[in-house]
Amino acid sequence: MTVLRDRVTTRMAAPVLRGRFDPLIVVVVGALIVVALTYTLPPFRTYQLATVGAYLCVTAGLTVLTGLNGQLSLGHGALMATGAYTLALWQNRFNLLAVGILMAILVTTAVGAVIGLAAARLRGPYLAGLTLAVAVVVPSIASTFDETFNSDQGLSVVLNPPPESMTVEQWQAWLSWGAALVTLFVLAMLVRGRFGRDLRAVRDDETAARLAGISVARTQVAAFVVSAACAGLAGALFAVLAQSVSPGAFPLTLSLFLLMAIVIGGLGRLSGALIGAVLLVGLPAVAHEIGEAAGSQRLEGNLALTFFGVVLVVVMLAAPGGLASVRVPVRRKTRAKKH
Amino acid sequence: MDRFVFLTFDGLSRGAVYAAFALALVLIWRAARIVNFAQGAMAVATAYVAYSVVDATGSYWLGFIVALLAGLLLGAGVERVVMRFVDHSSPLNGVVVALGLVLIIQGVLGMVYGNEFRPASTPFSRDAFEIGGVALLSRYDLFVFGAVGAVVVLLTLLFTRTPTGLRMRAAAFAPDVSRLLGVSVGGMLTLGWALAAAVGSLAGLLVLPTELGLHPTAMDIVFISAFTAAVVGGLDSPIGAVLGGLIVGLLLSYISGYLGATVAPMAVLALLVLVLLGRPDGLFSSRSKARTA
Repeated sequence: MTVLRDRVTTRMAAPVLRGRFDPLIVVVVGALIVVALTYTLPPFRTYQLATVGAYLCVTAGLTVLTGLNGQLSLGHGALMATGAYTLALWQNRFNLLAVGILMAILVTTAVGAVIGLAAARLRGPYLAGLTLAVAVVVPSIASTFDETFNSDQGLSVVLNPPPESMTVEQWQAWLSWGAALVTLFVLAMLVRGRFGRDLRAVRDDETAARLAGISVARTQVAAFVVSAACAGLAGALFAVLAQSVSPGAFPLTLSLFLLMAIVIGGLGRLSGALIGAVLLVGLPAVAHEIGEAAGSQRLEGNLALTFFGVVLVVVMLAAPGGLASVRVPVRRKTRAKKH
Repeated sequence: MDRFVFLTFDGLSRGAVYAAFALALVLIWRAARIVNFAQGAMAVATAYVAYSVVDATGSYWLGFIVALLAGLLLGAGVERVVMRFVDHSSPLNGVVVALGLVLIIQGVLGMVYGNEFRPASTPFSRDAFEIGGVALLSRYDLFVFGAVGAVVVLLTLLFTRTPTGLRMRAAAFAPDVSRLLGVSVGGMLTLGWALAAAVGSLAGLLVLPTELGLHPTAMDIVFISAFTAAVVGGLDSPIGAVLGGLIVGLLLSYISGYLGATVAPMAVLALLVLVLLGRPDGLFSSRSKARTA
């Protein structure tokens, strides 16, 4: 069995994430770039930079789930809401940000484990439908238990002022990029090893993976839990950045945007998660400017929506094999280099 | 007891709409093995068409008919232009493309009509008749039952009694053999999408006046309910979809009536989870496919 397992997993060990760079170096360089940027960019750009960091947490986690493990989740917007509300409730009672973020991750991980247990039993459209239902239904929970969550108005988040030497935006950017880089590092280490091989083996051929002694269900639940933790962290960061949480901040379209981001970024690569996160902040900003230039409020939000949709459809149709083939050229290129 | 009777009729009326919408999902699933996640958005788009026509001409029925025709066209167009070119090696691909369509349709509708709720008109009064002091059904409910009943009967006749229906079933069941026998498989697929989209837009036209009205995202929650209905009935079974729709409609009506309207979406989610985990192929089937589909 071990021989078989080795054979299967070496074949599966596509060098997708076995990057040419050491993750630690990438993290250090990334941190230096971010710090440099926070001292050069104007405040609003710094705030956008912070938002990219927050999105990066969730797109990186989703990349692991959908790109490497082949599970489609439309419920990550709802998981972000879980993290955000947990942080808001914690901050308004105790005002200890570090513990609050940890709590947000823990609670979201627990919720993600529950969804993941169900998800591991479902495939394709059934899984998509279930997670879609989660994304649509969760905002209504805030209206049902309005004493705790204050219905559609949401909650404001109590935060201590940042250290005196920094502006609010700088502090926000440092916080969210600190979290994002730690997330990237942890995920990169996770998917390089056996866990990553198991993820890909399950994605490519469940039967072969099972024959090789991999527990398919356990791997799938683990992938969901890891990506849920990332979504919880991202949600907490969004609560900190906006200093408030409300159901309107986590609509179904957020989940669809996240999906679009990882599809465009290139499924299964953590660098793709970065591209996706940048697009998530950049495209709406561009659409906003076009809308303002045209003097049409209707255009502003909806232009970005339409554009995301068109890009998603075109990418899916243009990549000959759809989702699966988005990865193939990368794999071939790296394999060719080896020889 | 009066309240229970009222809620039962209300639930059946809602359920009829969910049944029609679930039927549209099942039609496409049977023909193309795709769950059309864009069905809700497509239905809203045709409802906006109806809104524009009613606004311009003042005739509900003209708007109604134009919207159904728009549904046929939209369904055929989506199949011809987009869905035909989706790679089916992974079931995720169709889902992702459909979700892309949702974003496009909602974005375009938002740009054209704006993101505020607009009232959807009804052809008949929604005031309920009272029988023996109990409010039972409105004229509009009767219209809903009639319309959905007509669709179910027509579709049954189409699929069981006409050569076209036979070709559609053959094309879905054994595409290669059908092609050898001279059936235009692609054409049947387009026809299936067109029919399903028209049925979906009928459901949209019927349900929107009873909810908050027209909005680009108005059908999201209806889609979830109808998807649940289709899963309850088993995605493969048209009869199951109709029964599932009625079950979901009754459940939602009782829950909103006794526990409050905000609990209803959670009840749908709970039902969906229970059915998917307990009987993933629906309450009316004996085989298991959800885990491999």
